[in-house]
Amino acid sequence: MQINPITNGVVLDHITAGKIMELYRVLNLDELECSVAIIKNADSKRMGKKDILKIDAAIDLNLDVVGYIDPGITVNIIKDGVVIKRKKLGLPEKVTNVIKCKNPRCITSIEQELPHVFKLTDRETKTYRCIYCESKAKNI
Amino acid sequence: MRHLIDILDLSTQEIDELIATANDIIANPDKYREKCKYKKLATLFYEPSTRTRLSFEAAMYELGGNVLGFSEATSSSASKGESVSDTARIIGGYADIIAMRHPKEGAPLVASYKAGIPVINAGDGGHNHPTQTLTDLLTIMRKKNRFDGLTVGLCGDLKFGRTVHSLMGALARYKNVRFILISPPELKIPEYLRTDMLEKGVSIYETTELSKVMPELDILYMTRVQRERFFNEADYIRLKDSYILTLEKLQNAKDDLCILHPLPRVNEIAVEVDDDSRACYFEQAANGKYIRMALILKLLEID
Repeated sequence: MQINPITNGVVLDHITAGKIMELYRVLNLDELECSVAIIKNADSKRMGKKDILKIDAAIDLNLDVVGYIDPGITVNIIKDGVVIKRKKLGLPEKVTNVIKCKNPRCITSIEQELPHVFKLTDRETKTYRCIYCESKAKNI
Repeated sequence: MRHLIDILDLSTQEIDELIATANDIIANPDKYREKCKYKKLATLFYEPSTRTRLSFEAAMYELGGNVLGFSEATSSSASKGESVSDTARIIGGYADIIAMRHPKEGAPLVASYKAGIPVINAGDGGHNHPTQTLTDLLTIMRKKNRFDGLTVGLCGDLKFGRTVHSLMGALARYKNVRFILISPPELKIPEYLRTDMLEKGVSIYETTELSKVMPELDILYMTRVQRERFFNEADYIRLKDSYILTLEKLQNAKDDLCILHPLPRVNEIAVEVDDDSRACYFEQAANGKYIRMALILKLLEID
């Protein structure tokens, strides 16, 4: 299968196989008008199978969201056909409005304008806690 | 600018300093009578709490300052739908320091972002209540003159009791503190807290029987088993009387045992215990005022 290289844009590589649609949804990529390539289950020496996402436009992605969903991803920024920046993500220290606090006793449950902020409290167990009520985030 | 939202916001050195100041206030009250002259404390209490609010107010008055505020949400603009951030920002223009009690967890933290003046968490739901912990620590220090090496028994509702969780967090930072946890299986400490304690290398022993462990204890921290925490009345009735402290149960306790309770009590400490020299809970309540005076001075940066 052949996908043309992009000239200016972003490539997310080493996405855990099966995670790409979640990223697509969370990053609202359906709103983009440029070409977006979704490559599922590509062969990978390191990972066996991986997903790859190519966006043919120089856009700013929320890398905290990307790192939270799949910390093993490599981000490549491409300009004039050359990779000008390559970044291995990790778990972000803090995510804003990515996880919603579900604790009914949390102040966020009654004050809608407050951002839902979660902090990484244990890297090993990938535990994030709400900064207001310290409830654990459930779905990672 | 400093706030006090969680007891762990304070280092052990800062806690030592607060205790030293509180002890000095107790010994030399006249020295402190005008320390907060022309300063105002706003007590923003979105739910009723007699002791905590009055101890904050008494603390500020004893420092020569003034107090303004409200004691329930219905008499504040919250009843008109104003956010905690907005209220904090506005009060920040009227007062020098805020003490906030709120039923929702994290509300004082939200207030601290926008108030522009120091904010003290005076209890946020079942989450944190750092000034109660400071009160407990001051009382323990006055009675035992140390934290290191104490065997601390915590008895009653250890699952929902925020005072227990905060106190354990604070004491776990000292050397060789041993916790004996006495509760029915349904009301044991939460799993995350147990893991946290074990990771810190703190010794924990869990039991359901108070009498058996009584001789080992230096501190006995009693808590109330609250009716509203139970899903059914039968469980509450079955458990509420299991951990009542009586003179009979104290027979094999140490002579210098220190019995604490955050109060209010219902029946978990029999009234007959009140006159025993080991009962320290009323003194503990009185200490609440002195440690809050020390805290107000610290956060207002007044020497």
